[in-house]
Amino acid sequence: MINVFRRFLQKFFKNMFSKKKRIKFGLYGPPNGGKTTLANRICMDWLGEEMGSVSNIAHETREIQIKEEVTIKNKKGNELRFNLVDTPGIATKIDYEEFLKVGMKEHQAKDRAKEATKGVIDAIKWLDDMDTVIVVLDATKDPYSQVNITIIGNLEARKIPVLVIANKIDLKKADIKKIQAAFPQYHVIGISAKFGKHIDEFYEALFKLTG
Amino acid sequence: MDSLTLQFVPYAEIEGLSSVKRIQKLLKIVKHNKIILLEGRLRSHEEAELIRRTMEEIDEKFKGIELSVVNPESVDTDFFRKLRVLFVNMLLGNRSGFTIIGPATIIKEIKQDPGKIQLFMQDLQKKVRSRRKR
Repeated sequence: MINVFRRFLQKFFKNMFSKKKRIKFGLYGPPNGGKTTLANRICMDWLGEEMGSVSNIAHETREIQIKEEVTIKNKKGNELRFNLVDTPGIATKIDYEEFLKVGMKEHQAKDRAKEATKGVIDAIKWLDDMDTVIVVLDATKDPYSQVNITIIGNLEARKIPVLVIANKIDLKKADIKKIQAAFPQYHVIGISAKFGKHIDEFYEALFKLTG
Repeated sequence: MDSLTLQFVPYAEIEGLSSVKRIQKLLKIVKHNKIILLEGRLRSHEEAELIRRTMEEIDEKFKGIELSVVNPESVDTDFFRKLRVLFVNMLLGNRSGFTIIGPATIIKEIKQDPGKIQLFMQDLQKKVRSRRKR
């Protein structure tokens, strides 16, 4: 009888802790905004290893990538532990001929386009699983694109906390004010994920976002 | 001579349809190489679903869509006017503004800011010539 009770208690506590959910931080945005560069920056800063490959050619990330148990610390010594989810860039069109222009062979270009479409589908499906989302936008590009508005509108409808990142501020054409004007209801932080500029401000914002 | 077809879709035409049927209807028109001028806008989850369905349909001929929502109410900062729009939308559906959806093979880019919208068209002759070369 005592053994039965002990086994029940062991099972109860094991289940309780194994089902404990880790916060999922999703990186979302259009292609080539710098999501994977930011994911790599976070992973290098706190885990000492990169997460995925980056490229100037759009749709380099075509599959969802997850880095589990990333722990960051702030100046006060508080810890924030989460699973980082890097998603493929969301686009409304994918033309394999665009990949031919950058020197790919026809079959490579077609394969990449097909994988990219699947990537977009997966990124949209994963929206429901996110606890917090970091929308990564290229600060040199026009922020008033419908993809950006649709992503943020969907996060708003799902009541998922959002942090907007204006990336690539190391470039001359970068315009953070334009992104702030486009999304005035959100906290916008200008960073350079590539060079780590204002990255501490970004980490601090993650703490604030999760309360 | 090439021609461009703009099809106006009044909100009443999609009002009674489910989200799936709405998206099917809109994609069907776009796949016939027409540019849709939709009265009002889709719900945010329908916009995401439209992108998802578009991705499923992409092949060598259909390259995707260009999409833009023009909503003059979104730039209005007057609280009571916003509240009124919210109330009207709840009762009658999201009829304010309009949505442009076109095939990516025809529309190269839609640029928008709160004050204006610009449609940049693909150079179809150039595309045909480059395909012939290959």
